Amino acid sequence: MNIIVCIKQVPDTQDVKMDPERGTLIREGVKSIVNPFDLYALEEGIRIKERTGKGTVVALTMGPPQAEEALKEAIAMGVDRGILITDKAFAGADTLATSYTLAKAIEKIGSPWVIVCGRQAIDGDTAQVGPELAAWLDVPQITYVSKILEIDEKRIKAERLTDYGYDVVEATVPCVITVNKEINEPRLPSLRGMMKAKRFKPEIWDSSSMDVDRKYIGLEGSPTRVIKIFAPPQKIGGQKHEGTPEELAKIIVKKFEELKII
Amino acid sequence: MIDYFLTKEEEIIKELARKIAEEKIKAKRAYYDETQEFPWDIVKIMAESDLFRIFIPEEYGGFGGGVMSLTVAVEELSRGCAGIALAYAGTALGTFPILLFGNEEQKKKYLPRIAEGELAAFALTEAQAGSDAGNIKTRAEKRGDYYVLNGTKQFITNGGEAGIYTVIALTNPEKGARGASAFIVEKGTPGLSFGKKENKLGIRASATREVIFQDCKIPKENLLGKEGMGFIIAMKTFDYSRPGVAAQALGIAQAALEEATKYAKERIQFDVPIANFQAIQHMLADMAIKLEAARALTYQVARNIDKGNTKITKESAMVKCLASDVAMEVTLNAVQIFGGYGYMKEYPVEKLMRDAKITQIYEGTNQIMRNIVASQLLKEVK
Repeated sequence: MNIIVCIKQVPDTQDVKMDPERGTLIREGVKSIVNPFDLYALEEGIRIKERTGKGTVVALTMGPPQAEEALKEAIAMGVDRGILITDKAFAGADTLATSYTLAKAIEKIGSPWVIVCGRQAIDGDTAQVGPELAAWLDVPQITYVSKILEIDEKRIKAERLTDYGYDVVEATVPCVITVNKEINEPRLPSLRGMMKAKRFKPEIWDSSSMDVDRKYIGLEGSPTRVIKIFAPPQKIGGQKHEGTPEELAKIIVKKFEELKII
Repeated sequence: MIDYFLTKEEEIIKELARKIAEEKIKAKRAYYDETQEFPWDIVKIMAESDLFRIFIPEEYGGFGGGVMSLTVAVEELSRGCAGIALAYAGTALGTFPILLFGNEEQKKKYLPRIAEGELAAFALTEAQAGSDAGNIKTRAEKRGDYYVLNGTKQFITNGGEAGIYTVIALTNPEKGARGASAFIVEKGTPGLSFGKKENKLGIRASATREVIFQDCKIPKENLLGKEGMGFIIAMKTFDYSRPGVAAQALGIAQAALEEATKYAKERIQFDVPIANFQAIQHMLADMAIKLEAARALTYQVARNIDKGNTKITKESAMVKCLASDVAMEVTLNAVQIFGGYGYMKEYPVEKLMRDAKITQIYEGTNQIMRNIVASQLLKEVK
């Protein structure tokens, strides 16, 4: 039984600046990090193994060869195995092509139990890969998970955070879950883990080592087209009023009247 | 940047200790400084990250790193908070007597526990025995298969929090210092209790307490080395632990230099950043020069110890003295560069100044350090 954690190496957005002319991100010299949400996914994957005493934790990533660094971080935290999917044929993949490729890799890994993804990546912010992955694999999905309540070889029961509160969802396994930051506090790597990571070489899979249909991968498999990238206009700050509830109510009513809302 | 040619393992230790300092310690240091609570949550993180394994030999569950590895870790942790780092460094101090003089049974019994993160403490100082360590009064009387300890130790780092104490007590009071012996005492032993927790100027996240022995009966197997070796054990321990105090000082000074440099570039007076003024530049330059010199010597002495050089009493005293004096000067100047803001608790440098002071005092005052250096020097020159 494999606990598969999908992770992505992303530019550290605290470092990223926009090129105002071209409307693109300036990536040169920007540090790469493991997508922060994926650290929660890694932590949860390791915890599933720790609490059940079962499964092998496999970190899976697709990206350029340097994405190996992300897998090293995963190894340092304590995952058992790291696989890097890398090939020029996969370049330019959108979320659909990415999720297809990951799904094929998971088929190759075999016997998935839980597939854990971060809620979204901080560079694309789509939150699509997890759900699409479930669709390709034709397995249930529980998104925005903030707590795993129960898990065994047959089922998983989890709490998912929504705008209106919590849902408690039960699903059969294998199942894809995407996790929120509320779910845990990712551990720091241990010295033992870091020493192991230093020596670690990932398993590298390319397009020929997986059973992929070429029309679903890379740029060709990506229906998404980015037409324009721009920084959204800055929001204008609000107004602040202080006073008793009665005074404040009057101010609001007056504003509403001015705006012809009432 | 000077390349100190850290080994791969040392690089990893440095990276991990820095990560803990940056991600875990910095957010909590003001809280622990204010409340004086013991930072158990951070100690737990250090333990889970294997930091306590660094200085424990592999056969006892450690990584078998030496004084250099410890120096690197303590420096990085202290850059975050010297008070919190002291839970760790104080444990190393309490462990050295066992590492250096423990027999196989003692090592097997205690070192794996410390590797897992159980804290240790070293207890020598008493009310009338600070620099004059030979004036201790705590007794250890042999009765059959036991020693019975009576007396009060003072200013003990990790006192009350540590599970394992290495204690110097007199087995033969007539012989004075030559009648002292070293013992391992476990927390929970009947007759062992803890006095008041000291309210300190700096390193306030560290617990400093009295350790009190009242007819505290310990098995004779807990004697370290032989009777009468107590002071030799204490002095040898300091030879190994003093680079650790230097490392603390380096971490504190490094933090102060970084803060002061950053602030000097941001603070505008007379329409320019104060870093434009030569008066400030020269202060920063002197801080950097002295800090790097202290670091270079500290690392060199630590490496010497790891290479098996045992004649390092003078050199250990030198680095402890040099680095702590540098830390005091650098932190005072950091406060000066911050001006009025530096005096306020909203900014980090006043704490660094308070934390730096202790490094000139504990594990031998810098006056005692100079005594040691001078006495060795005078012996060496015939």
